Amino acid sequence: MSRFDPGPGDAASLPACGEGAAPTARLSPDDIAVRLAEAGYIAEGDLATAISLMQMLGRPLLLEGEAGVGKTAVAKALAFVHGTELIRLQCYEGLDQPAALYEWNYQRQLLAIQAQQGREAGLAEDEIFSEKFLLERPLLAAIRRERSPVLLIDEIDRADEEFEAFLLELLSEFQISIPELGTIKARSVPHVVLTSNGTRELSDALRRRCLYHYVDYPDVDREARIILAHIDKIDASLALQIARMVEKIRKEDLRKVPGVAETLDWAAALVGLNVRDLADAPEAVHATLMCLLKTREDKARFTREVTERLIGRVA
Amino acid sequence: MSCCGAPMTPGEADEVSQLMAAKLSAFLKTLRDNSFAIGLQEAGDAAALMAAGYAEKPSLLRAALKHLVSARKADWLAFDGIFDAFWLGTRVRSRSLVSGGNASASGNPALKSLPDNAARSADAATDQLPSAENGENDAAGEGRMEGASVVENIAATDFRKLHQPEDIEKAHVLAARLAAVMRTRLTRRDQMRSKGERLDLRRTIHGNISHGGAPVALFHRRRKEKPLRLVMLLDASGSMSLYTGVFLRFIHGVLDAFHEAEAFLFHTRLAHVSDAMKERDAARALDRLSMMAQGVGGGTKIGECLAIFNRWHAARVIHSRTCVMIVSDGYETGDAEQLGREMAALRRRCRRIFWLNPMAGWDGYAPEARGIRAALPYVDLHAPANTLQSLAALEPYLAKL
Repeated sequence: MSRFDPGPGDAASLPACGEGAAPTARLSPDDIAVRLAEAGYIAEGDLATAISLMQMLGRPLLLEGEAGVGKTAVAKALAFVHGTELIRLQCYEGLDQPAALYEWNYQRQLLAIQAQQGREAGLAEDEIFSEKFLLERPLLAAIRRERSPVLLIDEIDRADEEFEAFLLELLSEFQISIPELGTIKARSVPHVVLTSNGTRELSDALRRRCLYHYVDYPDVDREARIILAHIDKIDASLALQIARMVEKIRKEDLRKVPGVAETLDWAAALVGLNVRDLADAPEAVHATLMCLLKTREDKARFTREVTERLIGRVA
Repeated sequence: MSCCGAPMTPGEADEVSQLMAAKLSAFLKTLRDNSFAIGLQEAGDAAALMAAGYAEKPSLLRAALKHLVSARKADWLAFDGIFDAFWLGTRVRSRSLVSGGNASASGNPALKSLPDNAARSADAATDQLPSAENGENDAAGEGRMEGASVVENIAATDFRKLHQPEDIEKAHVLAARLAAVMRTRLTRRDQMRSKGERLDLRRTIHGNISHGGAPVALFHRRRKEKPLRLVMLLDASGSMSLYTGVFLRFIHGVLDAFHEAEAFLFHTRLAHVSDAMKERDAARALDRLSMMAQGVGGGTKIGECLAIFNRWHAARVIHSRTCVMIVSDGYETGDAEQLGREMAALRRRCRRIFWLNPMAGWDGYAPEARGIRAALPYVDLHAPANTLQSLAALEPYLAKL
């Protein structure tokens, strides 16, 4: 019990040390794993550790992985875990500050000017550059909330390098300066999640700033649990068959490997067609493969024989 | 951790934490040696999380440190092995960037020594060539003045006819300089060509609020030009061995000077060599390269290597303004049909493909090898590249893209 000499005082004021002595508001990895499961996100092994670290070190979390492995879903589940709002910034080529940070509402400003014509000028200017005419964009919104929201910066690799540098500054300072209004400091520090598909190599500076987690395709067991969590009225045995089948399909040499979202579509389609067992309905299975295979080459590759061979191996 | 056992005096606790700190910093050093990027901040955070109870179980510590210090997938995959080797004392495999095939060849020569070896074995490798031309060229070189004219002379000489080590060195320097010159010219022409402006309505309204909304000053928007990206695929097989050295220097120069460039080396396997080549010192870069591109000087499986490139690298390294430059003689020892298929796939992705063929500069050369015949329909420019002058001739072509 007594690690350090307790002394004559109350035990509660001892310095925090050793196991389980993290500050109270912080969730332990085990708590987080439970909460993630409640949110319907079946997390792989150490994602919960990453999330608890995010909170402790105040670093953003960078998620990398193939398209469709559930990177964006992590942010949604995280918002549920912390019970806060999710603010999303979708990146694209040419994304600039007005679209990401803030912008003045020019039309309203003009209207206000015309309405006030004839009155004293000083008042008009103060009014025009006030909060009323400020349009909040995701980044500004994220630092002005009372409770820390989850800020999801989706597909950061699509944004330009200049934007990445700007983001880096924001993520380390958590303050924004608006020339007309002055500096706005963060009321609360958001939980930041960045995702990347790897279409562009990210800068080392950004990578260093972040915690890193590589999201891989789920294994059969986890994928079956994901299907069970998302599709109503599906048998565990069918879910397992579907997960096994998808795993086999991913191992084929495909142009576009199906992700988890596609698996869920396919499972929903099979349930809708009242399929109970893949082996009983090879026709339906083959016809619904369009949920998984998204290019002409892949479709041509999966002839009826290939489908039946794969069914034979999973059913 | 040991601090959870018997009661300790503060002094003992200090000692333990000092030991832990030393061990942790040794671990971070090991990671740095394995090319992880770890700064002071990361070290501080690592210490903080160990103090916060993450050091309780090895699995928890491993997961926590893994998220903290990894920055990319390669780190992510390598971390567990390094962690186990350091803290749990198991052995770790060394990292390698070579993709495809199994690494078996070990007694291969370092790339750095290739030009010299190549020069020595020139007779053996070029026996299919008319040899009369050889002596003629040598004679022309004699009796010339030293200095600039010699350099020019080297620029016009086929690489395979450079025998003297100092000539080879000069050619290498020229190749590197050529890359730098190409870069500056390409960038400048870019900017002068950019036109096609549109009005930016939002900014115009914003900028004219002081005029009461009347659009006095107009704001324009112009399309942002992406810098041209050059992706180079260099054939390092036996049949190319005379040229590999010079092209490696050229590629090193391009990687150094261009804003965006990527380099790959292939023979029977494909290796991504940009990182190794980014070493400032050319000789050291080639040394690093030789470690990862073992198997240089064997046969060529262009089709297979292109398939690997298309599958694993193309999405990342190719964008809409990318030129793919393939340097190869087109002698395919693998499946020529596969080469055609993969060239078609590559063609769909990038702006231009040009194929530099050292043999195309020889008299009487016709593209009849199976490989080059399969590939040519998809190539935008099939150019000779046996002298430095022919390399320099590429620049106007690139500038037009």
